[in-house]
Amino acid sequence: MNRIVRKKVLNEQVVLMEIDAPRIAKKAEPGQFIIFRIDEQGERIPLTIADYDREKGTVTIIFQIVGESTMRLSELNEGDTILDFVGPLGVASHLEGYKKVAVIGGGLGTAIAYPQAKKLTALGAEVHMITGFRNKELIILEEECKKVSAKAIVATDDGSNGTKGFVTDVLKKLIEEGNQYDLVIAIGPLVMMKFVSQLTKEYGIKTIVSMNPIMIDGTGMCGGCRVTVGGKTKFACVDGPDFDGHEVDFDQAILRQQTFKKYEQQAVQNHKCRLEGMADA
Amino acid sequence: MPKNMSLKKVPIPEQAPEVRNKNFEEVATGYTKEMALEEANRCLNCKNKPCMQGCPVQVHIPEFIEAITEQNFEKAYAIIKKTSSLPAVCGRVCPQESQCEKYCVRGIKGEAVAIGRLERFVADYCMNNNTEEKINIQKNGRKVAVLGAGPAGLTCAGDLAKAGFSVTVFEAFHKAGGVLVYGIPEFRLPKSIVQKEIDGLKELGVEIQTNMVVGKTVSIDELREEGYEAFFIGTGAGLPAFMNIPGENLNGVYSANEFLTRINLMKAYQFPKYDTPVYLGKRVAVVGGGNVAMDAARCAKRLGAEEVYIIYRRGEEEMPARLEEIHHAKEEGIIFKLLTNPVEVLGDDKGWVTGIRCVKMELGEPDASGRRRPQPKENSEFDIALENVIIAIGQTPNPLIKSTTEGLETQKWGGIITNEAGKTSLDGVYAGGDAVTGAATVILAMGAGKTAAKSIADYLLKK
Repeated sequence: MNRIVRKKVLNEQVVLMEIDAPRIAKKAEPGQFIIFRIDEQGERIPLTIADYDREKGTVTIIFQIVGESTMRLSELNEGDTILDFVGPLGVASHLEGYKKVAVIGGGLGTAIAYPQAKKLTALGAEVHMITGFRNKELIILEEECKKVSAKAIVATDDGSNGTKGFVTDVLKKLIEEGNQYDLVIAIGPLVMMKFVSQLTKEYGIKTIVSMNPIMIDGTGMCGGCRVTVGGKTKFACVDGPDFDGHEVDFDQAILRQQTFKKYEQQAVQNHKCRLEGMADA
Repeated sequence: MPKNMSLKKVPIPEQAPEVRNKNFEEVATGYTKEMALEEANRCLNCKNKPCMQGCPVQVHIPEFIEAITEQNFEKAYAIIKKTSSLPAVCGRVCPQESQCEKYCVRGIKGEAVAIGRLERFVADYCMNNNTEEKINIQKNGRKVAVLGAGPAGLTCAGDLAKAGFSVTVFEAFHKAGGVLVYGIPEFRLPKSIVQKEIDGLKELGVEIQTNMVVGKTVSIDELREEGYEAFFIGTGAGLPAFMNIPGENLNGVYSANEFLTRINLMKAYQFPKYDTPVYLGKRVAVVGGGNVAMDAARCAKRLGAEEVYIIYRRGEEEMPARLEEIHHAKEEGIIFKLLTNPVEVLGDDKGWVTGIRCVKMELGEPDASGRRRPQPKENSEFDIALENVIIAIGQTPNPLIKSTTEGLETQKWGGIITNEAGKTSLDGVYAGGDAVTGAATVILAMGAGKTAAKSIADYLLKK
């Protein structure tokens, strides 16, 4: 259980792992997440499920190396096991009944947007995928996204892949060109989701965003993951992670994300020191 | 040995307050053999055993105390174990003053016999000396699933295993123990003790599967297909209540659940040896007057907070916490702001807590709980400058199982509805503990687990 059956480095910050977890694979749906804990000292870290294979009994996670836990996870290899891997948690995305959907992935968010696009296409919707990255070195899942959408556009902030601009620019252009979306799904950094939601509000297009705040248990117990939605406090782990983008208080969410930044940096620094210490020895 | 007619309990050795409020080691170090003998001789061995009626699991109290006076600690332990599955835990965390000791005849004039301390002594002595005899269990091959590895679930599992059933406990967290591991701090209940109790259950043949969120990873209906014939739901009161006042989502506001889970389960007090951090400033307010509030306040103190406040809207008399916890908290320098209620958490433009705004309260007529209802005093607002607010005003049952189990009836506020035997609206499905009652005590949850175990055994053996 919880064995890493495949590992693929997608770029220098982003790693894909396929984990043997048959119980979770059997139940997982797009939009849901898992929580992992590497070892006895590890944190409980939530990651949205990037893909699942019910027959093989595997769940795919794609993560960015941002803190101690993801750094340590990235150091594991095929054949290694993760101590704890629990899920699928959260409410699955409601994807039935849409005709034409714009699915937007910002950076690592692309990994979570991908299964949504895949499912929507399987359900018969016409899917336009817009993914955005800082530069072309950071692009992930380009081929995969093409396969599960009628149109796939990759934009880079610096234009290094040929399409310069933010995902909001691309979305705006597509809408202005006459594409009538009955749903927009936006998954990525909070700032990106905020601006996509602002744009779609102008056009009156229903927008779903996926929140991935700090949490511990993932079952509603700690309340650390609270987000304000439509003026009410919601728990991302049990009420979400999907919420109506027009109702989410993104500014508060952005502030809340800072709570443990200092400790994260300290932990990463310690980890690096330990590694360097080992190299010296 | 003659009866000890002292009006006072034999004191239990404790770490000095100014020492212990800087470490996470156990506050009370426990009776020695000599102290236990001396205290046991205060018991009059009353014929009508008034103490027993105060015990939710009916421990045969005078009998086990008599065995202590005979210095037969193994026998004392066996007597407790007959009706209680977690003696080392109960001896430490039960509110004895409102249970067994409340009815003790010695308490009429003087202090009650220290039943809790004696129970703890016996359990610790026997655990440390490995005196427990292996029980020979005849397995009957019938499968029962217990959902939740807290006090209710573990008790139910233990009793069913002893009765011959094959019991699997499904736990959502990575570790069994429920509130005993995520909620109650190390200094009040060492985790090694909880682990020993759990190891004892494993020896009885109980299987524990962690990381299993019933309702998500697997459903009750699927477990039925896997051959489980009966179920016990002991999923506790996991959903933290907030006050719904402005500023509650500022950085630095925690639910007590989050704060305590970070510290106890994830061992944030050993950061960075353990990866999980806990952010804490120099001044902290804990809102609430129960054991959870005391635990949170005392943890904050131990983590180095200089000013730690308990903010409670009623008076000390009305506080639901154990007397000993209130006493210990005061000794450790926790500042009590009673008859005080927060109305707003104050913050800066970066989203961090800077203080709490409160109003003074006064007590009016008694409410439904029989306690006098607190009312705000006019124009009594005042601010306390601080960096953290921890909300410990209660929890409600976790809705996960309810929302994924068709036909399971619950109260409006989420508690699972059962009859006296612990049976729910579904055939073969039983429930108990905080999932049924809302947040209560470890011992009441154990009592409910015990009742349900008996009902489940009766149900399956008739089937």
